[in-house]
Order: sequence, then C-alpha cells, then structure tokens
Amino acid sequence: MSEPILSGHRLKKHFPVRGGFFGRAAGTLRAVDGVDLEVMPGETLGIVGESGCGKSTLGRVALGLLPPTSGEVRFEGRDINRMGRSARKTLRGDMQIVFQDPVGSLDPRMTVRQTVTEGLLIHDVSSRREREQRVVEMLGRVGLDSTCLDRYPHEFSGGQRQRIGIARALVLRPRFLVADEPVSALDVSVQSQVLNLLVELKNEMRLTYLFIAHNLAVVGYISDRVAVMYLGTVVEQAPSALLYERPLHPYTMALLSAVPQAHASGRRKPIVLQGDVPSPVDPPSGCRFRTRCPIAQQVCADVEPPLVEHAPGHLAACHFPGESMPNAAVRAIG
Amino acid sequence: MTSPLLRVANLRTWFHVGARTAKAVDGVSFGIAEGRTLGLIGESGCGKSVTALSVMGLIDSPGRLEEGSSIEYAGRQLVGMPEREIRTIRGSEIGMIFQEPMSSLNPVYTVGAQIAEAFRAHRDVSRGEARTRAIEMLRLVGIANPEKRVDSFPHEMSGGMRQRVMIASALACEPKLLIADEPTTALDVTIQAQIIALIDELRERLNMAVLLITHDLGVVGQVADEVAVMYAGRIVETGSVDDLFENPQHPYTEALLASIPRIGMSRDRPLKVVGGTVPSPFAWPPACRFADRCEYAFDRCHREEPGLFQVGTQRSACWLCEGGTREASHRMVEPTVRTSP
Repeated sequence: MSEPILSGHRLKKHFPVRGGFFGRAAGTLRAVDGVDLEVMPGETLGIVGESGCGKSTLGRVALGLLPPTSGEVRFEGRDINRMGRSARKTLRGDMQIVFQDPVGSLDPRMTVRQTVTEGLLIHDVSSRREREQRVVEMLGRVGLDSTCLDRYPHEFSGGQRQRIGIARALVLRPRFLVADEPVSALDVSVQSQVLNLLVELKNEMRLTYLFIAHNLAVVGYISDRVAVMYLGTVVEQAPSALLYERPLHPYTMALLSAVPQAHASGRRKPIVLQGDVPSPVDPPSGCRFRTRCPIAQQVCADVEPPLVEHAPGHLAACHFPGESMPNAAVRAIG
Repeated sequence: MTSPLLRVANLRTWFHVGARTAKAVDGVSFGIAEGRTLGLIGESGCGKSVTALSVMGLIDSPGRLEEGSSIEYAGRQLVGMPEREIRTIRGSEIGMIFQEPMSSLNPVYTVGAQIAEAFRAHRDVSRGEARTRAIEMLRLVGIANPEKRVDSFPHEMSGGMRQRVMIASALACEPKLLIADEPTTALDVTIQAQIIALIDELRERLNMAVLLITHDLGVVGQVADEVAVMYAGRIVETGSVDDLFENPQHPYTEALLASIPRIGMSRDRPLKVVGGTVPSPFAWPPACRFADRCEYAFDRCHREEPGLFQVGTQRSACWLCEGGTREASHRMVEPTVRTSP
C-alpha cells in the first residue's frame, strides 16, 4: 500500500458567529467537524453534499488556505500548517485549485496571458521565453489557441473561462488539484467538455484530484471514491460504484433517489426528505441527520454513530446502515 | 383531444437594439391542455425564458412580439390585448414562479403581506380575509406553523421555504395555468425534490396546466408529460417525455442526453461533447441552426431550414427525419446501477 499524498486527521474548522450589539461571539459555526481524509496518489476523491455541508471549507483546509481549528493536514507526510515560508511556497506549486465561478475567479483587468503567467512569475520560472512557451502549451492543452493570449476574461464564454482557470491552475504542473464545483455553473453540453478535459488532464499529468460538487452523477462519474458530507461530517464513504449500487446511509439513499433522471428506466419516486438542513451553528444531538431521517430511532438522538467500515473501503456513520427506507422504490432502480 | 388551454403559435419575440435585431424567440409553437405539464428545455440563451415572459405579457421595449405571433389562452388572444385586460388574467388565471426566490420577494414586507397583496389585487376581499387566505396558502404549500410564519420576512426563511412562499403567492388565486421558470435551479437536490413533488401535487389537485421551463433534463423527466426542446430561438423537437428521452430524433436532443453523466456511469467512457458554439441571435443562419455543430449534417442542412417533421409521436426539425424515424446512434442504455438485494 502506498502512502497517501494528502491526509487529514480529525479535521475541524469552526467559525465564530458574531452577533449582538458589540459583535460578541454568539456561537460557533461548525463547518467541518471531525473529518478524516485520505487521498492516494493518482486517485480522484469526490466530496458530495448539499450547500452548507462544509465541502468547500474542507477543500480549502486541505489546501492550507484555511488553517484548521484542530487536526492536521499532511501533504506527502508533512504538516502543511507547520512549514516555513519557502517550503510553503513550493507547496503552493504542488497543490492548486479550480474554482466554481468562472467569472469571479478571474481578474477582469488581466489578460489571459497575465493570468496564466502569474503563477510562473511567483515561482520564478526563469526565462521569459520559457514562461511564454509553457503558457502557450498549457492553453493549447485546455483547448485555447494563442490568439486568446491578449484577450480579457469578459471576451470568453463560461466554458472557455473555466478552461482558462484550469490552465492557470495546471501551468505550474501541480500534483494535487482541488476542483471546487468546477462545472456547476456551466450548461450541460459545456459541462461534458470540461469534465472530459479534467479526466484527460488527470491521466496525462498524473494528477490527484479532490473533486467537490453537489451533483452526485457528476461526482460519481469522475471519482474513484466518494465521500458524502452532511452538516460538517462524512456520513458515508465508498468506492463510487459501490456507493451508488449499495448505499448504506439513509442520507445517501435519499440524495441518490432525489437526483432526477432523464431516462424512463432510471426514473423512480424520490424519497422526499422533510424539512431543511439544520443550522451548522446548532447541529442536532447524536446523529446529525436524525431530524430528517425517515428511520431514526431514540438511539440516534442519544449517540452519535461513528464512521464504521462495513465492507472493504465502504464506511458509513449510521446506527441502522442499509436498513430499507419506507419508500419501497428507494434502492431498486432497475 | 380537448383543445389546449394555452396555444402559442408562431411566437416571435425580437429585441430591437439600435440598428440590430436579436431574434430571441423566432417562431415557437406549442400547446398545453388542462392538468398537463409541458417541459420546455434548452441551454442558456435558447429563448426559453423569453418565451415564458412573452406568454405573461411581460416583454418590454426594446423587445416586441412580432406580427403574426399568437398566444391564445382559453380562447382569448393575449397578443395585442390592452394592458388593463391582461392584468386581470396575469397573476389571477396565469401564475408565475421564478428562479430566484430571494430577489422575487420584497425584503421589506412580510411573506403574508405579499401573498395577501397578490390575492387582493384580483379578488374583492378584506384585509382579514386576504390574511386568512395567505395562511391557508402557506399551509397548502407545506410550511409548518403557517399562523406564525405569515408574519416572517423573506430573510428569515431558507431558500426552499422562500420558493414555497413564491408558489403560495402564485397559486393564491388558483390559476389555471402555472408558468414555472427554473423553479428549482437555485435549490439543493433534496429541497428540489420537495418543490417538484409539491408543484406536481398541486397541479393534480387544482387541475392546472403547467409550463415548466428548465435546463435540467432530469427535472423534466420527473414531472412533465410532454417536452419541447428549444435551440437557438426555435423548438427543434417535441414529444412525450418517455418517447423523446428514449428515442431522441433530433441530433441536438440526442447530444444533450448523451452529454449528462448519469448515476452509475464511469469516466472510462468519455461524455458526449457538442463542438462549436450557439450562433448569435443577431444573425441566425438561414439554414438549420444546429447544422454547424451537428455530426450528421449534410449539404442540405447548410442550405435550407427544416420544418417540424412528424416521427411517430414526436416531431423533429431535422432533415434526417423527413422520411420518418431516424436511427439514432445514441440510445439511452440501461443504467449500470443494479437492484440491491
């Protein structure tokens, strides 16, 4: 077994919530609340969950963009939050991120050339000619020709802007890439182009991905393993085929059944969960999902279920894993 | 067949910008019968929202419904109807919900006041009666504690609840036609499932006709009876949901369906990619508008624009369908997700 390229142990990220007259701390928002993370070299780990589940915060903690409240993140065995300046700078070249918003994540006053070159300048890639060559090469690789070099972001479509963002992230030849909802702002036909591109680039550049998204079909398509997050914790984690075939956690089952399917054979009656996601400032006792769980019992309110391995590589945090749900059509899809 | 409640024929909504004209909607025809749901799908800029706004009579200068456009609602022609008369129909007989539940609600009024306002605009009722109606509507759309929630402000509610409020306000006058423009796009999947189920339940209970506009093929598959696929200001294919998704006849529909990853698919199989870009609404090609991106295109496609050809239960605007069924290379394959024990 090789060593994980990135690992996190009992990661927590809490944000103080200010309120009241003098902005006193009124509470704590537990965005990430005890997550173990292990990403093997060359794999794609998908993180899926609804808004506010902490998936983006986790991505930022994994990159060291946010220091964890507790726990540590290790990249190739070294704690990234206890590094000297120069080691950290090298690290930045090895770990990169692609953002969701192809408009907001590009500086409107910088040309494509400047945007993509900036990283190379910071990392002292020596000659001007070499920089130029690498930028053109990278842009070509993501499907943009050199006529784009001196144009500004507003001149491009959403899909093209996302390609620029990918070129910007990959020009430094990182080994680890966090993709935070990279395709959710795009139309479906453009989405497929960008997904295919990410898969090709991963194979060519031997990248490791942490792929964050709310769309289960997209995450399942691109990932080797998927972790499902709910209110700051991982409730289930498994190789993607297994997760979709045999989900154990009721939340995963509900999520899967709620994804509307276009074709008749995949259509079924969704399990409609009642109510909204509780606030991460004041999560429910015991199992965090119990307030919306159709099969919750007393024990779920009293004891927080640990993340337990039920099959090789298949972990779930539930007192009643795999229990069938009230709606009969839940898992039977065929 | 009963005659449709809404019949749109040759709708052309053009925007005159300076010396140029953007033909956002350029010859769209469809009908919806009572109690049925028509899904109008397409990608950004295809004209689906402009179609909805046109039906609502909400097109403003520089936009204009061109000569020959017809929108017939319950036997009455809406095109050219005086604004005063349209107002008695809009909001009362035709309800509308929008994509963004936050910006569609006024932040300084309680949700109850906003539902009551919609109701009082069309019915001669007292404030008290309107408030009772607002509470009733909030209960109908599944908001817990409606007596208390009626006095909440929009910012005190979650996205899903705000969308429920929007639906409550659109349905307060029991419209016969509901136009829902991307009603679930801003919501999470589990909340989306709630809202879709709610719209469908209310449709059945009130026997409404629903025009559901979305870019999400899955949502349409879930609730629509019929589908119309829009591309570049036109409808390129229509048909029943099952037939159209199982056996797409227009190459654009086929490509759309093949480009979405489905649950159970692995990345070993690349997703379908539609090359090129949508032509500009300022200059649609005088031929098939999809031809430049179509892998089946032949010379006629670049010369002449195809009409809608009948293919079984479907209609497809593709020259390949002129003689009937086109053998699509892409078939919706059985999902690889298997039934668990």
